[in-house]
Amino acid sequence: MSDVIAVSIWRGRGEGRYVDYEVPRLDSQTVLDVVTYVQRHLDPTLSYRFACRVGVCGSCAMTVNGRPRWTCRTHVEKVVADGRVEIGPLANLPVVKDLATDMTRFFEKWQQAKGAFTPSKTRHDKVAHIMPASPARVEVDKAIECINCGVCYAACDSVRWNPDYLGPAALNRAWTLVNDERDAGNKARLAAVAAAGGCHSCHTHQSCEQHCPQAINPTASIAGLKQRTLGAYWSGALT
Amino acid sequence: MTLRLYLLQRLTAALMVPLIVGHLATIIYATHHGVSAAEILGRTRGSLGWALFYGLFVLLAAMHASIGVRSVAADWTSLRGRPLTILMWGFGVLLLLLGARAIYAVVAS
Repeated sequence: MSDVIAVSIWRGRGEGRYVDYEVPRLDSQTVLDVVTYVQRHLDPTLSYRFACRVGVCGSCAMTVNGRPRWTCRTHVEKVVADGRVEIGPLANLPVVKDLATDMTRFFEKWQQAKGAFTPSKTRHDKVAHIMPASPARVEVDKAIECINCGVCYAACDSVRWNPDYLGPAALNRAWTLVNDERDAGNKARLAAVAAAGGCHSCHTHQSCEQHCPQAINPTASIAGLKQRTLGAYWSGALT
Repeated sequence: MTLRLYLLQRLTAALMVPLIVGHLATIIYATHHGVSAAEILGRTRGSLGWALFYGLFVLLAAMHASIGVRSVAADWTSLRGRPLTILMWGFGVLLLLLGARAIYAVVAS
């Protein structure tokens, strides 16, 4: 086994190219370690984004050998192919520079899907009792651990084909709130996710589920939204 | 895709299931009884039942397929809004006309 890894990193904005570097191979080395090595030792102009380095903040997602991944929790050993690793920015998002993407539309879509909690009570009311085993809370638990990394969004064919599609992360977030007993915003939320570019644009390819680093299944959440919006339509709550 | 189109496409799919089963059963029955133009026309010509069966089938298929074509066009082309609606209706009406012509040929001619 060679003691160096041949690393190819995307450099540039819309126009750009892959540039080759050689990085020393280390034990338990992550893809983020490799990128950091390049910036600190080989080319300080390399731009990339990270914060926590422990899989919590969701900042460091990149395309690694063609697949969207969280780089801080991806060991190079697991993804290296013939001693090479190709690292690019996330797909389906505009590139700011090098490995940093513009996440603006991604987060705007969270707002568009009414991903913000709408309180039904004030601070003067009693705290709501949510039973952990209640069916609604069980649904929330399955989807709540999203770290907003954008991996599902980059993996989604429907996002690639239809730029107006809200995408798996925003719809998954909406699903957690639809099942939140304390939330009062579901009428507007169901209308938002049932509009053009909403949950019905999902083709159930399940790339989001395949690539999610948190093992969430956004496709299942979107299927739940499809069911819930149809129910609301039948009952006349959604026109 | 909008909620109404999504719902309509699934409803038409569900309604087509028994029609598809009937259609396949007829094919199997026909091929076991020496399929020929005369035999088919003997069954369908002047039959209100078959006219209604295939009339409904054609209507549902035209609705179902045109919504599907709209979705494909929305994903794979830059068409949006009105042109997409025109494509959907145009394709639906085309299927309806072709189907109606075929039914007329085996039932009324």
